[in-house]
Amino acid sequence: MSVAIVKYNAGNIRSVVLALRRLGVEPLLTDDPRQLAAADKVLFPGQGEASHVMAYLREHKLDEVILSLRQPVLGICIGQQLLCARSAEGDVDCLGIFDVPVERLIPQERQQKVPHMGWNSLTSVTSPLFAGISDGEYVYYVHSYYVPLCQWTVAVTDYIQPFSAALRRENFYATQFHPEKSGGVGERILRNFLQM
Amino acid sequence: MLAKRIIPCLDVQGGETVKGTCFVNLRSAGDPVELGRLYSEQGADELVFLDITASHEGRKTFTSVVRRVAAAVNIPFTVGGGVNELGDVERLLAAGADKVSLNSAALREPRLIDEISTRFGAQVCVLAIDARQEADGHWQCYINGGRVPVGRDLFDWAHEAQERGAGEILFTSMNHDGVKTGFANDALAALSASLSIPVIASGGAGAMSHFRDAFSVGRADAALAASVFHFGEIAIPALKEYLRKENINVRI
Repeated sequence: MSVAIVKYNAGNIRSVVLALRRLGVEPLLTDDPRQLAAADKVLFPGQGEASHVMAYLREHKLDEVILSLRQPVLGICIGQQLLCARSAEGDVDCLGIFDVPVERLIPQERQQKVPHMGWNSLTSVTSPLFAGISDGEYVYYVHSYYVPLCQWTVAVTDYIQPFSAALRRENFYATQFHPEKSGGVGERILRNFLQM
Repeated sequence: MLAKRIIPCLDVQGGETVKGTCFVNLRSAGDPVELGRLYSEQGADELVFLDITASHEGRKTFTSVVRRVAAAVNIPFTVGGGVNELGDVERLLAAGADKVSLNSAALREPRLIDEISTRFGAQVCVLAIDARQEADGHWQCYINGGRVPVGRDLFDWAHEAQERGAGEILFTSMNHDGVKTGFANDALAALSASLSIPVIASGGAGAMSHFRDAFSVGRADAALAASVFHFGEIAIPALKEYLRKENINVRI
């Protein structure tokens, strides 16, 4: 099986490479449209500022490449946000697979800290991505923006308000949390994705 | 709900794990990578690795430990010790660390916090503070592994660090460290109430109830310990079961 990771100007892609290696998969890190189109699975991970990263994707025509993918695609963290319609971070139009806007987390009381960082639990899990994972399992988050609940939501986490922990539309899957840093639960999610 | 975190801390010297009691008397406790993986499997929420060698040679060994940890461990980990400039942060993040903690260097050059936060994001920047409650009751910061007082107030410095962009405060009470009679809960509660960033309690863990108190009385977001885990005095799965029974939200 060939697994490709979209190479672009986001940080923290290496931890996804290492997580896939632990599962016995050697991913190809590439921005070549043909290599991405030919892969069995494509991951779109990373951390970064949305408008900055979108500008890079457009400049390198990676936006068109990602939209044209027909194999299973998994967006992680900023990857999930970029697959949405637009982001409040830098007020930028994004890829639009999920027609929902990305909003900023705004604390409602003093104990609510932003970024939302640490382990939080999943509820209402409904996708093959979560096969073998029950409500109440914990995953690891680091983020300041979130995707509201919408028709594409396939898992929910509650922090300040309930938000989309994961999304799915056809071949596009996305998680706000970091499966590559989420222990055994995260490994199971990555394995589920690789087995699609 | 966001879980309270349990964080084993591994002091690393020459590629081996050691643990200090009141910052002296080192005892060896094994390979940091194997130990880190073991803790992760047992349910640790995060790991901290501290380079306690100051030498150039030791730094290279530590970087290779960080690289091996990143390949082997599937939970977030923080590294620290000897972080003096932006280049150190870059090197450790490139080796695969999720966060970097800085201590003495930040007190000497506070702008380092702004630089790390701007360049890599606040979530990367953990500010470690070693402080001692002096005879007059006030908490003074120390540098160089707790050897040199700097005449800076703990609360004042923690607040400045937050304003400069630190993502978390790792507060070690030197009065409590190695003594195993519990964390500095009053100081923790005061810190937690005055800050909007997470506080990690460190120094003093000797029993499971000490962790409960750090969360419920000290209002800490995470609790860090070393020897109670390294020498098997407290097992992480049992600790988490205990905390859940005590109504502390932990990841099991």
